[in-house]
Formats: sequence, structure tokens, C-alpha cells
Amino acid sequence: MTNSLNRREFLTLSSSLMLLTIPVAANPPRPLDQPATSQKRWGLLIDTSKCSSGCDACVNACHIENGVTGNNRPASDAQWIRKVTVKDKQTQKVTSLPLMCQHCENPPCVDVCPTTASFKRADGIVLVDKHLCIGCRYCMMACPYKARSFIHEKVENQKPHAPRGMGTVESCNLCVKRVDEGKLPACVEACKNAGHSAILFGDLKDPNSEIFQKLQKVSSTALRADMGLNPGVRYENL
Amino acid sequence: MKRFLILAMCLGLWSMASAEGLFSPPDLPKAKAGSQCVDKPELMRKQHMQHILHQRNQTMRQGIRDSKNSLVECVNCHVTKTAKGDFPSIDDKQHFCAGCHQYASVKIDCFQCHASKPDLITGGK
Repeated sequence: MTNSLNRREFLTLSSSLMLLTIPVAANPPRPLDQPATSQKRWGLLIDTSKCSSGCDACVNACHIENGVTGNNRPASDAQWIRKVTVKDKQTQKVTSLPLMCQHCENPPCVDVCPTTASFKRADGIVLVDKHLCIGCRYCMMACPYKARSFIHEKVENQKPHAPRGMGTVESCNLCVKRVDEGKLPACVEACKNAGHSAILFGDLKDPNSEIFQKLQKVSSTALRADMGLNPGVRYENL
Repeated sequence: MKRFLILAMCLGLWSMASAEGLFSPPDLPKAKAGSQCVDKPELMRKQHMQHILHQRNQTMRQGIRDSKNSLVECVNCHVTKTAKGDFPSIDDKQHFCAGCHQYASVKIDCFQCHASKPDLITGGK
């Protein structure tokens, strides 16, 4: 083989190099002085075939990251994410999956909120503004995924980046501060570190993102698709 | 008339005294050494909430996080360890915010949800 490349080899090599670099370079974090825009829509793709039934690394990581502590009362303690096991009655196939706020495009929690505390950020992340939340829990009734929790008791030693307090409703915020800083949500990182890599995070609107490309190839499920909420969290192999 | 004048003078003196901070709460803990506040102390004393009210909506609703005004940074500088070596609780007068608010008898709502102590992991950086 000669050292010089012919035209065809040069083009093949350079285009494959381009393909390698695009997914890394395409998603620089937004400058922190700029508002989130609807150019992006953050979402998750969860491959349930990679999710292990005994593993709750994502749940623990989420609750440590956001300082979600309880009072050892499972019926009323807050849950930002939980592991759910579902069984197909016909085939007896058992599937384990993490369930959290699905960050809907048309979130019913936002529709029903009487104080606009429940809102969707421009980049698709559904949040509760606790400055405005009056704790009416209407959003909890509206959410078909049971993703939200009410804080019944006084909270102390919160994380500075994750305020939470008695009398307000809260749920998964897709680790909004980490995402703004260009990091992965805590559950995604924990799943990767546990060796499963079942959760993929990315921009659903960016054709170069890994999540966009995978969603084009594999068939995925939106939970309760019949409600037309268009969730930002999709499940694969469900 | 004389009495009225004396009263007026007293009132004038009182307003001057309060303007000069004679009525500031005693023994407020000092902020972290070497730190610089975002505005002059006499303005911060009156307007600290205005500094963070607009910023909180921008951060919460739009994700703008570059502001020099931030409650987390207030806490990081102003809430310092007591002689015992731990951060005071928000109910304790030795907490910078509580020291003044208890003196002025004004309830603080911020710390029902927000952390009232610097992050134990980063130790307030």
C-alpha cells in the first residue's frame, strides 16, 4: 500500500472520521447565561432487556444525588424513581424497569396546576416551582404514571441544588442542574457504572444524537401512548 | 411647643441612629474570610431579597445559572461554623440569617425547602 491516498480512499476516510466526531461534538452544553430553548428536547430511552430485576442502582443514585430522604414510611415517603416489575399474563414474561416522571410533551400535571407551579421548561423538562406550589396534589391525581410525591413531613439537610420541603409536590427533574452543566442524569450514570447501560439520555430533536438514531432503528414504547401525552421517556423491549 | 420640639429632635436622632446601624443586631457571625459580597452591606441589609427574587425565577423557569446572585452562594459565604465546629441550624441565632431575622421578628420561608447550610460534601467550596 502506498502512503498517498487516492481520491476515493480520502473521501471514505474523511467521511468516516466525520461520523465519528459528530456525536461527540454536536452537543456542547448550553452557555449558562442563556435560557433553555425548544431547539432541544431531553429524553431517555430505557432498554428493559438490559435492566436487571435485582438492581436498584438508578433509584439509589437518584435519591442520593437529590437528597431524597424518607422517614421509613414507604406509603408516604417520596419516590422520584422506582423499580417496577411487570408480567405478561399470557406469556408469563417478566420485565423489570425503572419508572419516573415521563417528561410528557403534553403534561397533564401542568394542565391541572392551579398556580402554574407545575410547568414544562422549553427543553421539555417538566418541573415543580416550589415557590408557587400550594400542595394541592391535583397534579398527583392527574399523572397517569404516579410519578409525583407529596412531602408530608419537615425536611432537613437538603442538597443545595435540590430544594425540597414540606407541603410541596416533587418528582424527577431529569437532574436538571446536571443536564444544564452538560452532565448525565444520576440514574443514567449509575446504570452505566453498574455495568447495565440500560438508560440512554440525549436530545430527541438532534438527528446526530445517539438517542435519536437509536429511536429510529429500534421499536420503542411510550407508556400509556393512548393518552397522547408523547412522553420524553421511551422503553425498548417492553 | 418646647416639648414638641424635643420630641421632634429625639425622633430625628433616632432615625439618624438607625440609619447608621446603631440598631443592628448584636454579634452577627462574620462571613467567610476573604469573600466579597455582591453589593454594599447597607444595601444588602435592605434589598437582599430583591437581589435573588428575579434570579430565582430565571433559574427555575429558564435554567439561567450564571447570575452572581444566588441563595446557595449567600449560604456558602455567610453561614459559618460555630465554636463547636459545626454549621448552626436555621433556628439558632448563630445562623447569619436567623440572627437578624429573629432580631427583626421577620419569618424566613426560604429554608423550608432550601438548604440552610453549605453543602457538607464541598464544604461551601
